[in-house]
Amino acid sequence: MGTDELKQVIKEYIINEFLPGEQPESVTDDLPLISGGILDSIATLKLVLFIENRFGIVLEAHEADRENMDTLNQIAATVESKIK
Amino acid sequence: MGTQRPLQQAFMEAAERFSGRVAVIDPGYTDITYRQLAELSGRLRDRLYALGVEPRDRVGLYMRKSTDAVAAIYGILRAGATYVPVDPGAPPARNAYIMHNCDVKAVLVEARMADKFQVELQGLGALPHLIVLDDVGGGLALTTWLDNAEAAHPTSHGVDRIADRDDLAYILYTSGSTGRPKGVMLSHENAVSFVDWCSEVFEPTPEDTFSSHAPFHFDLSILDLHVSLKHGASLVLITEDLGKDPVRLVKLIAEYGISIWYSAPSILSLLAQFGNLGSYQFPALRHVLFAGEVFPVKHLRMLCSLWPKPRYFNLYGPTETNVCTFYEVATPIPEERTVPYPIGKVCSHLNGKVVDEIGQTVEMGVEGELCIAGQGVMQGYWSLPEQTAKSFLAGSEEMRWYKTGDIVVEEPDGNYLYRGRRDRMVKRRGYRVELGEIEVGLYKHPQVKEVAVVAVPDEESGLKVVAHLSCKTESTPSLIEMKRFCSEHLPLYMIPDRFAWQPALPKTSTDKIDYQRLKELS
Repeated sequence: MGTDELKQVIKEYIINEFLPGEQPESVTDDLPLISGGILDSIATLKLVLFIENRFGIVLEAHEADRENMDTLNQIAATVESKIK
Repeated sequence: MGTQRPLQQAFMEAAERFSGRVAVIDPGYTDITYRQLAELSGRLRDRLYALGVEPRDRVGLYMRKSTDAVAAIYGILRAGATYVPVDPGAPPARNAYIMHNCDVKAVLVEARMADKFQVELQGLGALPHLIVLDDVGGGLALTTWLDNAEAAHPTSHGVDRIADRDDLAYILYTSGSTGRPKGVMLSHENAVSFVDWCSEVFEPTPEDTFSSHAPFHFDLSILDLHVSLKHGASLVLITEDLGKDPVRLVKLIAEYGISIWYSAPSILSLLAQFGNLGSYQFPALRHVLFAGEVFPVKHLRMLCSLWPKPRYFNLYGPTETNVCTFYEVATPIPEERTVPYPIGKVCSHLNGKVVDEIGQTVEMGVEGELCIAGQGVMQGYWSLPEQTAKSFLAGSEEMRWYKTGDIVVEEPDGNYLYRGRRDRMVKRRGYRVELGEIEVGLYKHPQVKEVAVVAVPDEESGLKVVAHLSCKTESTPSLIEMKRFCSEHLPLYMIPDRFAWQPALPKTSTDKIDYQRLKELS
């Protein structure tokens, strides 16, 4: 799966689950999802579980935090480093 | 009663007795022993003297949870000063307001927050000394700062200042209905009487390992910090990110052999549901304490069945009194039980009574407001004499009865049952939230014309916060924009779960916003 496709999958999940009715283009690749208050702690947890199940990876302690999962770009980079 | 002692004294005694034992575990860093913690806090005390900190001065703490922060707390107390911890994740403007409000003499602040914070402070005309720490964790940042300060300006070793019992040990800021946080002032006597009560009920030993899940600006941390370090036990610091992740938390509880756990129920609910508790062993775990909000019985039952061994305690109390009632939950919890557990009986260092609207004690079985008196009751709100006066029962001179604002009913067995709030305060993830403070934050948005925030019951999370808004412009701001705006003007735990835009908010016959109608709409 390419990076764009991967971001698309995660973006769709975020919009369906947490931002119903929002325009897909407003969820940009560098939108701060956690520090910007868009995903609260439970939403972040659900997102991590979704990513782990969808991509068959396990996210470690330091990978699932604000520093590594704040934006779609960061999430994609973290996930890709795991898949490879 | 042994409440003539200042809060840090029990730790200082433990540091003598248990000098080589581990005091604080800051995962990812080297553990710190009692002797080292005493040394580090003593060095900070001397630096605070050098900065001119006097008895009863306030010193702020604006950093993530770390050994550095623990050492700072004891350094401040040993200097005879009052510590004022704030939420490192809150907007710098809010924290600057707090520091300015209680006129701190100095603030220990992390470098990553320091610039914005300083700008906000200057805007308020506040000029505290800033002790700027790089990369806190394990006590390293504080050590480095002290090394540099001592090299530049050597100072002699001082001695601890012994505070009076009525001197403030710490000030904790909570949500205020006017949109301004208010500072709850707790004295050494308040804190020590609570810590001593914990010793009596939970019987900690040097073999215990305590969790530190709550942040330091939250009153649950008083038990974690000052009870563990009184008894020669170890304290495991759990940072904010780790504290929200059930899978990692469960691993940590097992790995460090935590024996006394204390947190808000929300994270325990997540542990039960998502934590894979069955994959680990927890032979050390002996007490599970929870406080801050109602624990949904469904989730508590699940937790007790996965963790059958420990004793479970429901602790209740506002920041103004710290824990004032407690109830031990008998396990296992029967399948048919659905009603939440009582908040229990009044702690031995306090007195309680239930009063009606005119302050008369009601009969057993009748609903009323719970009032608390005794050694644990706060001194008041910082520089808010009117609010302080209003928070106590009028006309009782001998005893100061704090009105909790919580409606309870006493059952025949003497346990109190929690029924709800008298005002617009709600509990969210253990935090107190005044819905009015969220409204004040939302009114700052240029497009917001009217706003009313309501809380409605929610099966999953217990409570859902819904903001009803009307707009000055034709097109309304997007959900993303509103959430981002909130993250800049409110602490994250105050961001509403839902934003509902209306052409205009419903009004009552007297032209006030109809909150009742809005609750129905939510």
